[in-house]
Amino acid sequence: MSIRGQAFIAGAYEHPRRKIPDRSVAQIHAEVAVGALADAGLSLSDVDAYFTVDQTGLGAITLAEYLGLKVSYIDSTLTGGSSYLVHVGHAAAAIAAGKCNVALITLGGHIRPAPGVGRAPGVGTPHGPFEEVYGVSTVNNYALAARRHMYEFGTTSEQLAEVKVAASHHAQYNPNALLQNVVTVEEVLASPLVSDPLHRLDSCVMTDGGGALVVVSPAVAKTLDRACVKVLGQGEAPKHTMNGRVDVTYTGAVWSGPQAFEEAGVTVADIDYASIYDSFTITVVETIEDLGFCEKGQGGNFVMDGGLISPTGRLPFNTDGGGLCNNHPVNQGGMTKVIEAVRQLRGEAAPELQVPDCQIALAHGSGGRISSRMGSSTLILGQEDA
Amino acid sequence: MSDDVRPELPTPVPAVAPEAEPFWAATAQGKLVLPKCAACATIIWYPKGICPECGSLDIGWIEASGEGEVYTFTVSRRGEGAYREATPFVLAYVELDEGPRVMTNIVGCSPESVQIGLRVRAVFDDTGQGSALVRFTPVER
Repeated sequence: MSIRGQAFIAGAYEHPRRKIPDRSVAQIHAEVAVGALADAGLSLSDVDAYFTVDQTGLGAITLAEYLGLKVSYIDSTLTGGSSYLVHVGHAAAAIAAGKCNVALITLGGHIRPAPGVGRAPGVGTPHGPFEEVYGVSTVNNYALAARRHMYEFGTTSEQLAEVKVAASHHAQYNPNALLQNVVTVEEVLASPLVSDPLHRLDSCVMTDGGGALVVVSPAVAKTLDRACVKVLGQGEAPKHTMNGRVDVTYTGAVWSGPQAFEEAGVTVADIDYASIYDSFTITVVETIEDLGFCEKGQGGNFVMDGGLISPTGRLPFNTDGGGLCNNHPVNQGGMTKVIEAVRQLRGEAAPELQVPDCQIALAHGSGGRISSRMGSSTLILGQEDA
Repeated sequence: MSDDVRPELPTPVPAVAPEAEPFWAATAQGKLVLPKCAACATIIWYPKGICPECGSLDIGWIEASGEGEVYTFTVSRRGEGAYREATPFVLAYVELDEGPRVMTNIVGCSPESVQIGLRVRAVFDDTGQGSALVRFTPVER
């Protein structure tokens, strides 16, 4: 059974702060939970399903306890920063199966954890001894993809820079964005190389914070005194090193995209706005190709000439300023991708950037590391009566 | 250990999983061995106790040529952990002649001279704990 039309996003809330040293991780989860529920017109006592990836002890249970939730459905599926799109899909499926009616999804944390928190990367993993020992990090992992994409398709650093430029054009209208200045291609290229060919400005911002969503059944949506956003389709797919025959020029979006489009019954031509996961500029270029907005290898051309700038570009994107300029809380950018898509559909984006008559929106998450293992998820949303 | 390896990069000690013991033991001898499925002959990477192609649990080993070419690379200018002071260093995927693309470093040449398609051969950096990291250096012409 399809989830199309079986669930609605009633609440969406992004924590307004980008640096939060004075709150614990659990407190940040609590603040965004309260914010999203208030946005929906619901309360904690209405919640009967909970989704989060925070590993503060016992998966999602630790935070369900902190929030005082009593739930009949719980899920801590982890696919990196795309987890929250996966959670929306799983929430919709659970609602459609009659397991719950009001699902709360939260993200919260500090980008630089307190000393002693977290473990050394790669420890205890089967792939770690064959990768971590060579000095791999997130940025150089993405740089491997950018280099190969340039080699195979002629993509240039200038084209990658256009993605940051577009995000900065949007961030200037977001008073909460970490970076609010418009940048030029020249400024991106002049920023220091971190790992060739990626410059510092090819990377997303480092922020504390989080966000939350409330996903409800059609019956609950009808009772609420606010416009809700209809879940039309969702797909998810991991991509890994495929027994050592890894191809770094494409992402799991080649699988998650078609799942979502087919379920929603729409095509790329129907998408009025897209939130595209922007951990790095190369992530956006590969994703746009993989989702079918252009041919593989043409992503660099696609983003030129204001291609991503709202409302006039060929694909208005990340109108909150994205992870590249606004917010990428705790290195998990998927939550804010969904939130901005919800804003666009509600007509609540910055007025200068609101897509006129935004009917169908797409949000895409790319968790993990593009050149090794990653989790992709695509979500297609529509207005309440779509 | 070959003479042309310049030990400029750190040698973090890998955790040795049971199914990967033959791999690491061979590196200590300056040899590159690869797992090969006894049922379907697929070369497996990274070493696993199961063949990802056919699901067989019967895994053997072959000695590899140690040669390949650079599939992609990056000059890393900001390092983390053990690599904090090692920059600039080259992180790469090398496509072995036997098929798999292995994550590694390119050493023994300037970062500027590395290109996709560069022919390279394996060199072994002793970790001092019964294993060696498998890095690659350009094949002399």
